[in-house]
Amino acid sequence: MSEFKTPFLTYDVLDKWDTPSWNDQTRAAVRQRLDDEPPRRFLSEEQWSLLEAIAARLMPQPEREEPVPIVPWIDDMLHRNAGPGYRYADMPPMREAWHQGLDAIAAEARNRHGKCFEELSPGDQDALLGDVQHNRVESRYWRDLPAGGFFLHLLLKQVVGIYYSHPAAWSEIGFGGPASPRGYARLGFDERDPWEAEEFDFEAEHA
Amino acid sequence: MLEVAEPRAVAGRAPDVFREGKWVPMRTYDDNEEVDFAIVGTGAGGGTLACKLAEAGFSVIAFDAGPFWRPLEDFVSDERDQGGLYWTDERITGGADPIELGSNNSGRGVGGSTVHYTMIALRWRPEWFQCRSKLGYGRDWPISFDELEPFYEEAEEALKISGPISYPWSRRRKRYPYRAHPVNAAGLVLARGCEAIGVQWSPLPLATLSAPRGMAHPCVYRGFCAYGCSTNAKQSVLVTFIPRALNAGAEVRDLAMVGKIEMGKDGKATGLTYHRGGAWRRQKAKHVVVAGYAIETPRLLLNSKCDQFRDGLANENGLVGTHLMTHSGPGVWGIMDEEVRCYKAPPCMAVTEHWNYDDSDKKDFRGGYAFMSQGPLPVGWAEAQAINRGMWGMKLRQEMTRYNHVAGLRIVGETEPQRHNRVEVADEKDQYGLPIPRVTFSYSENDRRLIEHSKGSMRAVLEGAGAKELWTDHDTSHLMGGCRMGDDPDDSVVDRDGRSWSIPNLWVCDGSLFPTSGGVNPSLTIQALACRMGDRISGMAKRGEL
Repeated sequence: MSEFKTPFLTYDVLDKWDTPSWNDQTRAAVRQRLDDEPPRRFLSEEQWSLLEAIAARLMPQPEREEPVPIVPWIDDMLHRNAGPGYRYADMPPMREAWHQGLDAIAAEARNRHGKCFEELSPGDQDALLGDVQHNRVESRYWRDLPAGGFFLHLLLKQVVGIYYSHPAAWSEIGFGGPASPRGYARLGFDERDPWEAEEFDFEAEHA
Repeated sequence: MLEVAEPRAVAGRAPDVFREGKWVPMRTYDDNEEVDFAIVGTGAGGGTLACKLAEAGFSVIAFDAGPFWRPLEDFVSDERDQGGLYWTDERITGGADPIELGSNNSGRGVGGSTVHYTMIALRWRPEWFQCRSKLGYGRDWPISFDELEPFYEEAEEALKISGPISYPWSRRRKRYPYRAHPVNAAGLVLARGCEAIGVQWSPLPLATLSAPRGMAHPCVYRGFCAYGCSTNAKQSVLVTFIPRALNAGAEVRDLAMVGKIEMGKDGKATGLTYHRGGAWRRQKAKHVVVAGYAIETPRLLLNSKCDQFRDGLANENGLVGTHLMTHSGPGVWGIMDEEVRCYKAPPCMAVTEHWNYDDSDKKDFRGGYAFMSQGPLPVGWAEAQAINRGMWGMKLRQEMTRYNHVAGLRIVGETEPQRHNRVEVADEKDQYGLPIPRVTFSYSENDRRLIEHSKGSMRAVLEGAGAKELWTDHDTSHLMGGCRMGDDPDDSVVDRDGRSWSIPNLWVCDGSLFPTSGGVNPSLTIQALACRMGDRISGMAKRGEL
């Protein structure tokens, strides 16, 4: 599957920017997300470029000239050491885990293909990431870091969480987005307030 | 990002939670002034008790490690930006079934977890307080439903719970203070499915306003409840018991992390050490109440170890931190033909407690579970699919476009108290130099049977409602136990009033008191226990028993 198709053809959550669904504090927070892309402060240049390539496979955006930025926000989180409030007993501290995990993926790519991860075909990249997810890895590169745990709980969770924090992602899934102070009035099955996304029915259109 | 760098409740005033930029007067005490009660934590336990004790005429200071929010101006309609509501200091989680901590089950800030809870306000099944004697499993509490019933009523009145005209479970009760909310489509899926298989369901009693109250509007159904309510419809401790406590003369110290309870030579607590404004300070108190919830409460007792109490405070029998419980929370999800748009309105609006009250031999496990309709927002929903289904790439992105047709159910499942499920302190230190907690948790065989059974029930209900392509995830919610109450000093940490067996002026008031976990959300029971403790302490003071 390489093409993306959304049933929300005309909906843009940002059209509500100046409506009662958005308040000043929410506008400020989303404005910062859209405009203030953080600079690289934690990852090395190599790790940053590798993570860009990984994020492009975990959350591909081939139809966008300017993809939703993901890596700058992961770097920012690591720079601030803003963890989730826990770490699994079998994992090293968060920052160490990221260094170790990214370097291990780079080593896996060189070991398997004699090339760096960024140079692999999308198919080879996906195959390698799938192996990491399912712990089919060379333990000498990973040492005490569980590959699958790193993949799911740190890498994938961050990439996905950052993507779906972006208004472009809210629009493509038909999410109402910020809703204070107005909220919603119609709550039942197939009920839609005028300020919610309208879903296009491809099948009905086809028929 | 939601961040507050400096304490706000200083110089005789505290933030007015009902008016942007405004203040309310607050009584303040000197560190050397020996107050009647120093309370550690301002959530469902500590915040509620602070109010009760202040209104009874005691001098009270309540400490919270987090900020004093003004929801109307601080809270954003955004999942990511509201991350500051949770306890995100480092903790280690292990065992065969490590519990996800952080946003899953903890709060940091005045009002505690009630600032981001989903407002479910359920009473316990009456028999659960004597589940060993009456139902043959678990452990009896030192108090009965009869003793707690008036305090359930007090808490429900204080929170103006919106509930149905008659709720089918627990004991027959008088009407809820406010009328029920309309049930959203996500809740109607549960209703339709339960009716299809012949199981009773109900709209949930919720701590969010269905009519105006004072300066607060009714709920506008914006759906961000788990990320803080920006309109004050949610009846969190921050906007209910805390304003009352301040009005009655209590002081609240925000951004004040308590590191140690100080002990005197006579074996009684003399006060506590706390970090605020960049420095460690000491507050004298006649009594100390620990109300930091099931991880921070045992952690503080363990970190307060001293020459007299080498294993930590109130820990002569080694029970502090043990018998930690969570609620198991498998969920079943499916796709509906109709648009559900589960992001609208409170995330949980309908419930069935059928399997909490079914004592038939159709159950192959001890204990009970309830399940509720669900309303995940995009980040949480995407993370759940990624982690539970291992889904990523274009497959995930495409799957996410069906978000508006998703419906799901999740249980609040009872788990058994087991001694080896516990909170300890590790060698590693946090930003204050305090040893961090290490949590260990594994399900029992019975817990696993309950989980499997519940998946079957939820599948039947979802299929009955017309959902397709069902899949299952796993999650947990809430924490309970760690400083259990009891009637036997050898087998509990505190007595029936939350008072430590070995240190007479040290008390516990939060979810860590629970000897068993029950199959419903714990907050209302914690608040009822806090209301009861307030009354009991006032009575003891009058009788000279303090």
